[in-house]
Amino acid sequence: MDGDGGSPLIWINGWFFKMIDKQVDSPAKAVADIFDGATVMIGGFGEAGSPIELIHALIDQGAQNLTVVNNNTGSGHVGLAALIENGRVAKMICSYPRTVGSKVFPELYRSGKIDLELVPQGTLAERIRAGGAGVPAFYTATSVGTPLAEGKEQRHFAGRDYVMEYGLKADFALIKSKQADRYGNLIYNKTARNFAPIMAMAAETTIVQAERMVTAGEIDPEIVVTPGIFVDRIVTVANPEQESKLVAEGRFYP
Amino acid sequence: MTADIIGWNRDEMAKRAALDIPDGSYVNLGIGIPEKVAQHVPEGREVIYHTENGLLGMGPVPASGGEDPELINAGKKAVTTIPGAAFFHHADSFAMIRGQHIDVCVLGAMQISEQGDLANWSTGEPDAIPAVGGAMDLVAGVKTIYVITQHCTTDGGPKLVESCTYPLTGKNVVDRIYTDLAVLDVTPAGFKVLELAPGVSFDYVQQRTAGKLLPAKG
Repeated sequence: MDGDGGSPLIWINGWFFKMIDKQVDSPAKAVADIFDGATVMIGGFGEAGSPIELIHALIDQGAQNLTVVNNNTGSGHVGLAALIENGRVAKMICSYPRTVGSKVFPELYRSGKIDLELVPQGTLAERIRAGGAGVPAFYTATSVGTPLAEGKEQRHFAGRDYVMEYGLKADFALIKSKQADRYGNLIYNKTARNFAPIMAMAAETTIVQAERMVTAGEIDPEIVVTPGIFVDRIVTVANPEQESKLVAEGRFYP
Repeated sequence: MTADIIGWNRDEMAKRAALDIPDGSYVNLGIGIPEKVAQHVPEGREVIYHTENGLLGMGPVPASGGEDPELINAGKKAVTTIPGAAFFHHADSFAMIRGQHIDVCVLGAMQISEQGDLANWSTGEPDAIPAVGGAMDLVAGVKTIYVITQHCTTDGGPKLVESCTYPLTGKNVVDRIYTDLAVLDVTPAGFKVLELAPGVSFDYVQQRTAGKLLPAKG
């Protein structure tokens, strides 16, 4: 948690209380303390849900030697691909580093300049959920009998073989939401939700770019997807860039 | 089409597989020919499509101009939702797969062995970028696994083999195979031919299969 001295005061029954308010002014402030060597989970499945303004702020901020957890490795020369292209990522943990338009990662991988931990997509999701739930490891049937099970502990339960996989945690998560309130309650947009709710749980510090801030109570408690306890900082990005549009225009970041 | 091409084309393969999708089932379709299955499910059957990036109740491709970059399928293509669709996060989506809630998965293949082993994610070549996506979760978790594939590789080699030489996606996972030449079940005794494409003989299929073929009867 950031000790935010700037929180507004609220007057209730003759007492002043400091309101919880996780908003920060800018993407730059939101990512300022991401340190060299940090593990950073970045939400998104392809461009859907990719927090592109936070990623660009992280490129500007300069942290290096990062381990990044994302399903893919970005496309073109913006967003996650730009973070990789600018040499900030030492290792990717992902399921599918070979998307159409993904050129940056394959070149660095072939020349031995970036490490890859390849994880089946469902195992990746479950490892993140486990990490966020305080579960250090679990068993799954996924990958049994394949090269991705090699060297992993195996056990037999009720007639079937399973491999042990470790929970995955991170120092930071960067995610994108549709709406947020000052507590950090979040809702998402369609399939842009993907990894964001579980990454918010698995990271020590979760940083959100929200398209719209709403007052507490405006999001019906019945439809809150990520409860605010999993969120630490929120920055409003009202009109986020669309990755595929930037890629189509041949844009580079920075 | 040239005269020497025999058997089913890609649409006909998808159409044949679609006949075996049960009414009321929850189905996950892989990228490529499997995607076409949705267009051919016989009328009168209601099927719910799952896409592993977090949507149950996936509808058809939107009309041009109606694409939403935040409403996509696992192949990262724009899709729509049906009335009654639901969004959920990735761990819930894969709980549907890994928890054996999805009834049928249709996917492509590079090789299938007589034992039902599937290889469809990597050639294992040293400079290949390995990418597995959700394939290993699907074959391990979905109740019934159908494969749609050309019977042979582009240079004429067999894809149905005694044992896979490519890295496996899963062991003993494939139930049924739809090729341009035949429909085959994986059985403990070998590949069993259920149906031959028009103009295709059993011997023709056997010559293009590296594993042992069994006739439908006997």
